[in-house]
Amino acid sequence: MAESPTSLSSKDVAHVARLARLHLDDATIESYRTQLASVLTHIARLGNVDTAGVDPMAHPLDTVNRLDDDEPGPVLSLDQVLMNAPAREGDFIAVPKVLGGDSA
Amino acid sequence: MIRADATAVAAAIRSGALRAVDHARTTLDAIDAANPGLNAYHEVFHEAALERAAAIDAMIAAGRDPGPLAGVCVAVKDNIATTLGQTTCSSRMLEGYRSPFEATVVTRLLGAGAVIVGKTNMDEFAMGSSSETCAWGVVRNPHDPTRTPGGSSGGSAAAMAAGLCDLSLGSDTGGSIRQPAAFCGIVGLKPTYGRISRWGLVAFGSSLDQIGPFAATVRDAALAYGVMAGVDPHDSTSAAIAVEDWQATPATDPRALRVGVPSQYLCNNDPAVTEALDRALALLRAAGATIVDIDLPMTDHGISTYYVIAPAEASSNLARFDGIRYGHRAAQRAGEGLEELYARSRSEGFGAEVQRRIMLGTYVLSSGYYDAYYDRALRIRRLIKQEFDTAFARCDVILGPTAPTAAFPIGGVTDPLQMYMNDVYTVNTNIAGIAGISLPGGTDRSSGHELPVGLQLQAPAFAENRLLRASELLERLLSA
Repeated sequence: MAESPTSLSSKDVAHVARLARLHLDDATIESYRTQLASVLTHIARLGNVDTAGVDPMAHPLDTVNRLDDDEPGPVLSLDQVLMNAPAREGDFIAVPKVLGGDSA
Repeated sequence: MIRADATAVAAAIRSGALRAVDHARTTLDAIDAANPGLNAYHEVFHEAALERAAAIDAMIAAGRDPGPLAGVCVAVKDNIATTLGQTTCSSRMLEGYRSPFEATVVTRLLGAGAVIVGKTNMDEFAMGSSSETCAWGVVRNPHDPTRTPGGSSGGSAAAMAAGLCDLSLGSDTGGSIRQPAAFCGIVGLKPTYGRISRWGLVAFGSSLDQIGPFAATVRDAALAYGVMAGVDPHDSTSAAIAVEDWQATPATDPRALRVGVPSQYLCNNDPAVTEALDRALALLRAAGATIVDIDLPMTDHGISTYYVIAPAEASSNLARFDGIRYGHRAAQRAGEGLEELYARSRSEGFGAEVQRRIMLGTYVLSSGYYDAYYDRALRIRRLIKQEFDTAFARCDVILGPTAPTAAFPIGGVTDPLQMYMNDVYTVNTNIAGIAGISLPGGTDRSSGHELPVGLQLQAPAFAENRLLRASELLERLLSA
């Protein structure tokens, strides 16, 4: 097994968790640090491939931006749209206050 | 194992020789008997399936044709939206989620006369190769219940192999149809990217995902494929390329068939896998096919490329699960803001593997690492595609193992990277966006159980009919 990227610290993992909006405790951060380091070490072999002059391929199909006709079709009812909302108030989805919280 | 025959079931029901209700009841009874041990189904639609079957019988009694899947019992992977029951992706995040709309594939199957009997368990959000990350418990392999059925579509594969449906649906982002088909001894088809609408499939890797059927035979897989394939206005990535009836393509003449075998597919396989491949090659050669040695040196970079692209896309797709509009929401705490609520909802709702992939994807897309990982992987993706293009100039189909081993024991693979290596032969099909299929190819008896071994055929994009005809030939040669 190759060595883990020494650059991956617990602080890095915590930063990524914050970007990903995941709430991880210290033990989980440490276990993800080890596992991610192992996967990233494997992935780092891609650095050995010569990609000079090769265009990135984001998608297998050539088709881009197929546009629909601008005609109204059937839509979901408000009740259908809201039927899975964890908290509902009338025709609205209830959420905590956006302003005034610790991290808002 | 019970060998289903969807084509024969539909024919018998259409001719009036078999009642759809009786067939549905037989299937539901089989599910009730075997599912507690296998955990293939998360939900079974007893009443709805019988009502639907009665409606099919009524149509036939009235002289109307329900379609080519008349009364055929279909199991649907739980990441495909059905208005019947829940659509949970085997995740606590979507526990209790009821889709307000129906996936195009489900609409098309119902339009062809199918009866949906239930939703099947899977690796959470289709992330896994063993169906062990399912939030509703592990799925067991019907050939040996101490082993996994593969994943991520393990429930659909196990249900099919155990005779608990006539056809089932899976999704394949890096092998999630073909590997469980191999482990369960059935046929699993991953069509070309864009061939079948993804509308209603909960997105994992949007440039890789494709829905496809599990079936007992190539003929049945082709039947399901034919019903589902084709452009869909709801999915702008579904290809506007005409789907021709596979039977309009002449049966493959083995003497005109060039079978490519990449040297990179021959190492690192268990002996029973090597034996199965050697036997298939000998049979093809004896039938007059030309075996062509080909070279796919990028095979070894497939896993690394995949584990950049797929988690990157997943981290973006799964950002929608924030506990607000749908899905799990953490209990609110006083003074806590919206961002903290998102983070706690996501960490409570997602299991460990899903969070691991989100972390990996977020990392490779993050500032400072994007070029080194994501951009580089996309360039290698093109090299992988070009390598297949070059290979297909010299052969009609590519043959190899579906996976390096037969089904492994539940709990037998605990290192994430080792688990990822299971997909070494399947990920590049998705990366290049071409078509692939797994067929039962042999048996591994080394464990004392008879475990199926899968063989994979790959064909160029939109050459499904060529793939199906070649598969039919190989299936016939192997069973003779």
